[in-house]
Amino acid sequence: MIRLKRMAVGAIRSFSSKITPIPRIAIIGSGPAGFYTAQHLLKSNSKLHVDIYEKLFAPYGLVRYGVAPDHPEVKNVISTFSKTAINDRCRWIGNVEIGRDISIRDMRKAYSALVFSYGCQIDKLLNIPGENLKGVYSAREFVEWYNGLPSASTLNPNLDCEDVVILGQGNVAIDVARMFLSPLDELRKTDISEYALDKISKSRVKRVHLVGRRGPLQAACTIAELRELTKLPNCFGIITHQEVEFLREKIKELPRPKKRMMELMLKIADSSIDNKIDFQKQWSLSFFKSPLEFLPSEENPDQLGKIRFSLNKLKDNIAYPTGETVELSTNLAFRSIGYRGVGIPGLPFDSERGLIPNKNGSVINERGLYCSGWIKRGPTGVIATTMNDGFETAKTILEDINSSRIDITSDQLGFDGLANSLKDIKVKPLNYQDWSKIDMIETQVGTAKGKSREKFVDIQEVFKLLDH
Amino acid sequence: MAELATVAMHVDSREKSSPHRSRKMNFACKKLFTSASRALLVRKNLKDLPLKTFSTEILQPKAQKETITINFMKNGSKIPAKAKVGDHLLDVVIDNDIDLDGFGACEGTLSCSTCHLIFTDEQFKIIGTKPTDEELDMLDLAYDLVDTSRLGCQVFVTKEMNGWEIEVPAGVSDARDV
Ligand SMILES: Cc1cc2nc3c(=O)[nH]c(=O)nc-3n(C[C@H](O)[C@H](O)[C@H](O)COP(=O)(O)OP(=O)(O)OC[C@H]3O[C@@H](n4cnc5c(N)ncnc54)[C@H](O)[C@@H]3O)c2cc1C
Ligand code: FES
Repeated sequence: MIRLKRMAVGAIRSFSSKITPIPRIAIIGSGPAGFYTAQHLLKSNSKLHVDIYEKLFAPYGLVRYGVAPDHPEVKNVISTFSKTAINDRCRWIGNVEIGRDISIRDMRKAYSALVFSYGCQIDKLLNIPGENLKGVYSAREFVEWYNGLPSASTLNPNLDCEDVVILGQGNVAIDVARMFLSPLDELRKTDISEYALDKISKSRVKRVHLVGRRGPLQAACTIAELRELTKLPNCFGIITHQEVEFLREKIKELPRPKKRMMELMLKIADSSIDNKIDFQKQWSLSFFKSPLEFLPSEENPDQLGKIRFSLNKLKDNIAYPTGETVELSTNLAFRSIGYRGVGIPGLPFDSERGLIPNKNGSVINERGLYCSGWIKRGPTGVIATTMNDGFETAKTILEDINSSRIDITSDQLGFDGLANSLKDIKVKPLNYQDWSKIDMIETQVGTAKGKSREKFVDIQEVFKLLDH
Repeated sequence: MAELATVAMHVDSREKSSPHRSRKMNFACKKLFTSASRALLVRKNLKDLPLKTFSTEILQPKAQKETITINFMKNGSKIPAKAKVGDHLLDVVIDNDIDLDGFGACEGTLSCSTCHLIFTDEQFKIIGTKPTDEELDMLDLAYDLVDTSRLGCQVFVTKEMNGWEIEVPAGVSDARDV
């Protein structure tokens, strides 16, 4: 009897979906790329359904776990994302890692198309001697730590020193610098994790040195982030005149954005000459230096004591060693030279470039597979860049639906067809209502402490709260 | 759950003492149910905070703002919009429900450049306020940047703008390296 009923349901389902086949699309990763791709798909095709998978218990990717806590305005993009998440044709599925909990093969069977928007999860190594010494950290991990990413919450960095060297001059490097230079009372109001705030408030750091391999023209940070550094109270910035003087001649020919950035650097260099010993803290931008080796301290062979740099000169934008070296004494260093994507089994991957090979978001030689965001383009670009990129991928998919390059068949059940297999491996998926509840509690707990939010870092606590 | 109740009570008692926080808190609670209208709420809150206090709102009925017409030009098509004098151009886009994908992502807080608009030389000169360093910094990240670019969240509507055609550029550039 039961079997008969099932057959009947199956027949009805395949019959009805023959009349109106629903394109079911899975998006893997719920950062900006995933949400912007979903937004555009849902808006442009009124039949289509989207399931967005997220390996963590919380959505929004680097907006939650990357963007600096003292930049709450940047996180306003979340309100657009939540509009997408509550769309009737959209389902957010948290705590499910694709590639581990569900294979790409099973996903392909359940959906008309898969969109990979899982970002870049690791960072580049310098690959120089001493990189494993105590006191040498990855900026990515440090960012994840102060932002409460569960897997990074145990990092517990040792910040008990006066000088910090940051290798790299991108926005992430500047975000890290600000954590040491910003007034604590500012940080206290943000959603920075409590344990990190506690640790940072006890740090003795006074000077932050941001060191770049190439010159001022190649510095990767945006002018907005650099200007923000110059406005920190009780803090002054240093740029050595010799390293930027050559700009004065060049500056007129530069396009406006670079020109304004170089003007700011020269201004900082000019005001660095004034004696500002009264200031409590200081930062510096220093150029044309590549780290060659991390050297241990004299007291402890496991602990970083200094960094040896090669002095470089530039030719055609490439840095070449001059043969001269310098050393900087420090017990704390962060490498901040870029993020890197990793592959998922069953998915084509360009390991050299750390991204999925694609054309306008369509994975090369793979029908029904797409990619979006940092894993498509590489780990550069602000959220607005990622937004455009997500829209582009969505457009490619819509074109492929219209030209029937994507199979839309009746036996694709989306998440409904996969949920049972998750039970078998004891993975408990979360839905957007679960997240909304977590979100509300985080905000309430934060408000009670005078902060914008206190993030959960322990998934067990989350499940207790949700009473799963 | 008991812990939760204490948190809520805590919040309650603060609410009474600080209207600012109460607005925030109300917002936090509403969020669960009305995430769809969140964008508007945040923006309105930001806009309203420095301007009004509770008492003046009761005493004075809201003054009717003068309305003009502004046209947004996107990919060659003209989208007319009613604009209240004194509002920001970003408000005009939102209040008129103009469908510009991704426009105003940071909700007018000068941190995204997605509200980039291009004016004619003539119009650029007429705009009442000049861009600050911070606005120019954000604009420097915008795709299709020209000398007469401005951010829609930083430009107020004035009477002189009646009938203006303002260009909405196509995209945003790749400007950030990490
Ligand atoms: C430290 C830092 C600070 C930044 N600050 C700013 C800023 O201030 N302003 C700005 O405009 N931009 C900023 N950016 C850039 C911005 O964060 C990126 O442009 C954007 O987040 C990229 O989006 P994405 O969706 O491609 O990747 P992500 O945001 O990384 O999202 C990927 C998502 O996929 C999930 N995922 C990964 N693997 C799987 C899997 N196997 N299955 C399911 N889910 C998976 C991840 O958990 C994550 O949620 C910053 C970036 C960094 C690193
Ligand atoms: S809306 Fe983000 S800068 Fe104007």
